[in-house]
Amino acid sequence: MKGETKGTFPRLVFKRPESLVDVRTHFCPGCHHGIAHRILAETIDHFHLRENTIGVACVGCSVFLYDYIDVDVVEAPHGRAPAVATGVKRAQPDRFVFTYQGDGDLAAIGTSEVIHAANRGENITVLFVNNTTYGMTGGQMAPTTMLGQKTATSPYGREFRNDGYPIRMAELVATLEGTAYSARVATSTPAQIRQAKEALKKAFGMQIREMGLSLVEFLSTCPTNWGMKPLDAQKRVLGEMSEYFPLGVYKERKQADFV
Amino acid sequence: MTHPPTGIRRELMKGNEAVCVGAIAAGCRFYYGYPITPQNDIPEYMSAHLPPIGGMFLQAESEIATINFLLGTSASGKRVMTSSSGPGISLMQEGLSYMAGSELPAVIVNISRSGPGLGGIAPSQGDYLQAVKCGGHGGYRMPVLAPHSVQEMYSLTMLAFDLADKYRNPAMILGDAIIGQMKEPFVPEPYLSTVPAEKPWALTGCAGRPRQYVKSLYLAENEIEAHNWKLHRKYRRMEGEVRFEPYHMDGARIVIVAFGTSARVSKTAIQWARQEGSPVGMLRPITLFPFPSRAVDEAAERADVVLVIEMNTGQMLEDVRMSTRHHDKIRFLGKPCAMPTPEEIHQEIRRLAGEIAVKTGGVR
Repeated sequence: MKGETKGTFPRLVFKRPESLVDVRTHFCPGCHHGIAHRILAETIDHFHLRENTIGVACVGCSVFLYDYIDVDVVEAPHGRAPAVATGVKRAQPDRFVFTYQGDGDLAAIGTSEVIHAANRGENITVLFVNNTTYGMTGGQMAPTTMLGQKTATSPYGREFRNDGYPIRMAELVATLEGTAYSARVATSTPAQIRQAKEALKKAFGMQIREMGLSLVEFLSTCPTNWGMKPLDAQKRVLGEMSEYFPLGVYKERKQADFV
Repeated sequence: MTHPPTGIRRELMKGNEAVCVGAIAAGCRFYYGYPITPQNDIPEYMSAHLPPIGGMFLQAESEIATINFLLGTSASGKRVMTSSSGPGISLMQEGLSYMAGSELPAVIVNISRSGPGLGGIAPSQGDYLQAVKCGGHGGYRMPVLAPHSVQEMYSLTMLAFDLADKYRNPAMILGDAIIGQMKEPFVPEPYLSTVPAEKPWALTGCAGRPRQYVKSLYLAENEIEAHNWKLHRKYRRMEGEVRFEPYHMDGARIVIVAFGTSARVSKTAIQWARQEGSPVGMLRPITLFPFPSRAVDEAAERADVVLVIEMNTGQMLEDVRMSTRHHDKIRFLGKPCAMPTPEEIHQEIRRLAGEIAVKTGGVR
């Protein structure tokens, strides 16, 4: 392909990022993990970090990070990715370290780990993919599940008197002193994808400049477990999900505290 | 501190501090922990002594985070240690299982206290089964070393680092509140590494090589089965690391089997009993995994009585029973969550000596 395009087109305008492995993913049709993976790979390429990066995979659909992103990857127990990333970063402060976690992983079982990593101002970058459900285990209720949303373990719809309210992690993490950057993005339109990439670049920049923990929450889809067609799933993200989980930058540190 | 003419340097320290000195001597520059009695001397020592030599001390928000800090630093190819006590070690079981599955070396020190539950802070050997049989999920093994002196707190910590690296596996020091808090002189012998320093499997960024990963998930067909057999073969190889101390075993008709503090106290009782002419000796396991099964069996074969002494209600007792068919010779003296006194052990030796004399019709 590469050889052919060279002869046909005057210049190369689009190609697979170097850090994205050329394999088919296991993700379902309409899932946004593929988009988030691509943005991640493009951002790694942008900063020329591929050979200097250690990724931390979490438990869930995103565990196969090491099959798709062409960097060294360590697999963390469920929810513990920010703690594992802490151990990597403390041992190798000159390496770029990121975690890639779902909402069950980060917002339920791993709440303590991400809060304390942020509070320590750990120089790591957290990619948080929120699809309001546990995808890999079959669509059970997550802390991010919307009120009224029917899941495998909330068959009558999430009810606040029993299950509490959906948790807003980007806002929560932004309240901590050690957090350098916290933003929520979506990837349901081309414009949103561009904004998401800008947000991730800022998050990477925070780690490179040793400003503290940076987190980007991606509103994502799970058509399979939502019982929706991919296009309807996009509409849900753009509609009720974006209403409850507003997109935006919740914290952006201008200067490191140690300066 | 004294400097005898022989040039042998001695240090007077607590067992917990000797662990730290041994770890630093063995090249450990990363320590993570969480406060819990009776091991706080270890994080306190490390927090004071690691930063000045360029090391890293970090206090975690929980033992769950602690063991995952270890996982990350170990995956980076660095020597790393933590310490805790029963309740904290319980919280680390998840991470230990992942580290065993991911084949990551680290040293975990358990200065054990009374249990179950919050139990108490009295010394105990109640964590034997958790340590030796491994408390995490999925089934795995790790070398477990049981120091019975401050000297061994120092030297076995160094050995634990080598065993961990040699087998790419967590290794545990199983002490207790007495060994940890006890102060006595020890000789800080220099560390001599027995393993290569290179760790080509470490994750350091994929410059100049294909990417690599550290993981424990194997979903492809038969992959996890093959992984389990591979780990099993490694655990079998570990059995070659068995270490034990025979103490006054010449002609011993009564053989005590005890580890750690129980063994230390037994030594005094054995000295008293030997002065009275009682044929008593001890086989002290230094490695609890691998367990010195053959030595126990040979001792049981020759002895009239095997007396297992533990600061619990009988945990290592199960391994002693599994080591030998002479179950009728096995007796147990247990003191859960307290140290048996030399007097108590001495009395038991005398009672057993009398029992043997009646049985054999001999005189003593």
